Amino acid sequence: MIIVAAWIAGVALALGAVMALIRLARGPSILDRTLALDVLLIIILCGLCVDMVVNRHLNHIVFIVVGSLVAFIGSVTIARYVTDRRGQ
Amino acid sequence: MIVLGLTEGGTLDQVLDWIVVISMVSGALLSVAAGIGLLRFPDLFSRMHAATKPQVLGLFLMLLSVALQIRAWSAVPILVLAWFFQLLTAPVTAHMVGRAGYRTRHLKQETLVLDDLNEVVSEAQRRLDEGR
Amino acid sequence: MSPHRHPRPARPSELLTGARSARARARRRRARFLIELPLMLWLVLVWGALWRDFSPGNLIFGFVIALGVVTTFKLPPVELSGRFNPWQGLVFTVLFLREIVRASIQVVLVVLRRGPKVRNAVIGIRMRSQEDLMATVLGHVLTLIPGSFVVEIDRTTSTLYLHVLDINTVQEAEDFRRQVRSIEARIIRMMGSREELAALDAEGPAGPDPAARANRSMKEHP
Repeated sequence: MIIVAAWIAGVALALGAVMALIRLARGPSILDRTLALDVLLIIILCGLCVDMVVNRHLNHIVFIVVGSLVAFIGSVTIARYVTDRRGQ
Repeated sequence: MIVLGLTEGGTLDQVLDWIVVISMVSGALLSVAAGIGLLRFPDLFSRMHAATKPQVLGLFLMLLSVALQIRAWSAVPILVLAWFFQLLTAPVTAHMVGRAGYRTRHLKQETLVLDDLNEVVSEAQRRLDEGR
Repeated sequence: MSPHRHPRPARPSELLTGARSARARARRRRARFLIELPLMLWLVLVWGALWRDFSPGNLIFGFVIALGVVTTFKLPPVELSGRFNPWQGLVFTVLFLREIVRASIQVVLVVLRRGPKVRNAVIGIRMRSQEDLMATVLGHVLTLIPGSFVVEIDRTTSTLYLHVLDINTVQEAEDFRRQVRSIEARIIRMMGSREELAALDAEGPAGPDPAARANRSMKEHP
């Protein structure tokens, strides 16, 4: 049962990742791309969770904590640069 | 390690197994919903809603299924911490990207029915122009 | 401790009342420590959670590290209101979790039903409180719960500008405003200062008097 669920979840996550990648490629602005990258990161974290559930371990939990903690830094940096450039 | 189950393979274990499966699959489906939202919504701001809210619940469901699968109390605080960090940082991303988007005029006015901020901004602009 | 041994050149007032100012310094240090105590407790909890080990030895080591972190990397202290209602906190947490589920489902439904045709609004909302911490908490909660996020914040008038998903009519915007005000009231009941709570109790069901609010902001920002 857990294997079947993991396959469904994996396929769903892959679909979400592909859609985020399409948005990443299409843009149109850098902010859209940032947003898509953020979604992609969370999807990767969810994938790590699926692995932990299937194999019953906690090895990736540190990645999830660190990932959810530092995910915003990249977006905030890009957002700040976008805002600043307009003032010039 | 404290085990929650009554007996190995008992009823409680089965119920927990089902909750694990359901929360894992629905968490993954929320990621799909976020992806669809990213593709279907017309402008940056609507996409931002699709990117933040389902993902917060999605990661919560994923962490819940991990906690119920591991079934050890020692794992709970760090999982709560992981979700708490996401709760703290997701609004920061949304605010910073949204602010940058508004200031660089990424907001399509035709998708809005009401814009209180626009009035304030144009009023300030008018006053600035008069001062010159 | 003599003030002359202090590395900073002493001001005349300090030379006259050396003993008293040393006591005042100690009091200030103690007050600063008290303000930073919640932060340090939080750091210790994070330490324990990361090691998945809440044994006393580990927590004491974590406390030493927290002390080092707090004294090395100084941040402007966050002024808490000094009031926290645990019962209201619990109620708020449960409500918050329920609303997160509802908000996510709502966004998913909007994605599937409206898609490219979605209509939004940018709504400005006057906050009751002028506190930065309150604005931060409210901004976070509003981003996570109803279909909105903070676009801009005007600190001089303490107004939040929220981008709200799926608003089609002015009536819906008004409903949203009312919803935000009730969420704000809940947060004030949980962790607002005594003055904010008293103001909240005084305003009654109709919401705050617009004239009184305008007066207040005129007074504080002439």
